[in-house]
Amino acid sequence: MDQLLQTLFAILNSAISPQTAALAIAAIGLNIHFGYTGLLNFGQAGFMLIGAYGFAISIIAGLPIIVAIIIALVAALLFALILGIPTLKLRGDYLAIVTLSAAEIVRMIGRSSLLTNFTGGSNGITGNEYRGPFTDLSFFGNGQLDLGPFKYDLTGSNGWWFIATAWVIVGLLCLFVWAIMRSPWGRVLRGIREDEDAVRALGKNVYSYKMQALILGGVIGAIAGIVFILPSSLQPDSMGRSETYFIFTALLLGGAATVFGPVLGAIVFFAIRLFVQGIAGQFIPSSIMNGQQTEQFAWIVIGVMLMLVVIFRPQGILGNKKELSFDVK
Amino acid sequence: MSSDVPTTTSTITEAGAAAKASVAGVDAVPGVSKPDPILTVDHIKRRFGGMTAVDVNHLEVQRGIITALIGPNGAGKTTFFNLITGFDKPSSAPRLIGGPKAGEAAKTTFNGNDVGNTGATKVAKLGMVRTFQLTKALSKLTVIENMRLGARDQPGENLFVSVIKPLWAKREAEITAKAEELLARFKLLEKRDDMAGSLSGGQKKLLEMARALMSDPVMIMLDEPMAGVNPALTQSLLGHIQALRDEGMTVLFVEHDMHMVRHISDWVVVMAEGKVVAEGPSGTVMDDPAVIDAYLGAHHNTDLGDDSLLTDEVAEELAAEVQNEKLTEGETTA
Repeated sequence: MDQLLQTLFAILNSAISPQTAALAIAAIGLNIHFGYTGLLNFGQAGFMLIGAYGFAISIIAGLPIIVAIIIALVAALLFALILGIPTLKLRGDYLAIVTLSAAEIVRMIGRSSLLTNFTGGSNGITGNEYRGPFTDLSFFGNGQLDLGPFKYDLTGSNGWWFIATAWVIVGLLCLFVWAIMRSPWGRVLRGIREDEDAVRALGKNVYSYKMQALILGGVIGAIAGIVFILPSSLQPDSMGRSETYFIFTALLLGGAATVFGPVLGAIVFFAIRLFVQGIAGQFIPSSIMNGQQTEQFAWIVIGVMLMLVVIFRPQGILGNKKELSFDVK
Repeated sequence: MSSDVPTTTSTITEAGAAAKASVAGVDAVPGVSKPDPILTVDHIKRRFGGMTAVDVNHLEVQRGIITALIGPNGAGKTTFFNLITGFDKPSSAPRLIGGPKAGEAAKTTFNGNDVGNTGATKVAKLGMVRTFQLTKALSKLTVIENMRLGARDQPGENLFVSVIKPLWAKREAEITAKAEELLARFKLLEKRDDMAGSLSGGQKKLLEMARALMSDPVMIMLDEPMAGVNPALTQSLLGHIQALRDEGMTVLFVEHDMHMVRHISDWVVVMAEGKVVAEGPSGTVMDDPAVIDAYLGAHHNTDLGDDSLLTDEVAEELAAEVQNEKLTEGETTA
């Protein structure tokens, strides 16, 4: 029973953690690409990494936090432009290939020993080096606050200040996505998702709209990168291909082309993983499956679940059955 | 070979008569110049590998009339459509380096604007809106959303404006009112909130046409508007197209249904193997032996499926003709 309660607490804690919020934000960005516009971006983690590096390196260089954030977002904007200009006039598959490899290139450059002075090479940058200015902004004061199962410092790393900021950003972005997607602008995007040529024949500049969507989603991805590294550290390998896959899983699970789908998906994604891990750890004897194996088992379950969702409920948890927005063309 | 089918069965409207009159004195020769052309095409060529799909030297489309573009399958009609609406680029387009000689480069003028090197978006913005042969209804958008998408001058289509609803809500209401009016005209109003994908094939054609009209085009290009539409609906579609002309719009359409072409078109352009082989008023062109040979066939006025028409006499006549053809073929091969 104790074990079960522990699993439940772990799930609740993961549900509110800034890492979950970061995944949700990245999925919100990807939702603009994939859910609403139909752009196959397989490099969302690359946008996160660009944002994370832009932010951390600027802070270490001594720039004020607001400038650091702007640099991170502008870097993501430029990255989106570089990826979009040659590919958005071509069929969707080309964008998929280019984003996939560009994200890997960013990660490889970040890891390379040539730039160790800036990026810290494969070790990355420890949180203490860039976290200071953000912690100083806190008006939560010092000390600790216990709310039921949630016991955190008010301001310390991974504390309430980080949690609150992360989820406020999630909330604001949801509001923003809701506002733009109910507008005629969002309507053009959904039209493009269905049939580019039809929209072009109606006199809309499809290329420009796709570029706007790519940039917007990418910049939101960069915000996710900043939120992701603030409570922990910046490690290039933590934002690789598997992270992109997690973002896609969260998005499809929650429901593409819905406002809250990415958020719900991110929470459910971590909850299921911890749940499977906790249950397996408790009921399966360690002679059959030891602690490390239960973690791997949880990932397998996530993978199988993604398949089941795509086959049996392609619209995700919140998606509109009629719109059935997710279809890979 | 005179036609015994009446050229028009409906009453000719005043505007319709005026449209016919505007091209009355024009010679029926390919590439003839018209008194008031809205679209002029010069030296437009499109090659796919070794095959020349379109090779039109000069063509003018008169403003304010219904022009039909007919021709056998593979004549290059749709490619020609794509070329003038900016969905495809002519092989003979002028280039910075190389390319065709001056005076032989492709040139398209629409309503006083040079649209030879413009993309589809800009052509549509200039007022030339098209529909597609394979209907492109945006199936996962509702019918009304499809319609709204066709409208122009919606400030909310700008990302920065879109966030604040009051900035675009007024225009949206105007657009919606207009869309509902058009939907009512095309008998789609009760489908207003259905997904466009749930409509029947014919209804999708109607929706696509209605959507194209949302932008108040100067010229509308219809690629086989009647394909797959039931006869009753065809009648009302014909009425709609004529009404568009009467409102002052220029219509250019591709169609295989000869009755329809005869019925509503004021001018007919015939393409074969990428070239314009004939043009003129529908009656004149359809009796042109070259057109009959290339496209219509000698019995185009006869319903070959109608048994009552297929009397012994006709059957004998047909048999004799086939025999004759075999003989002539034999002569040429010999």
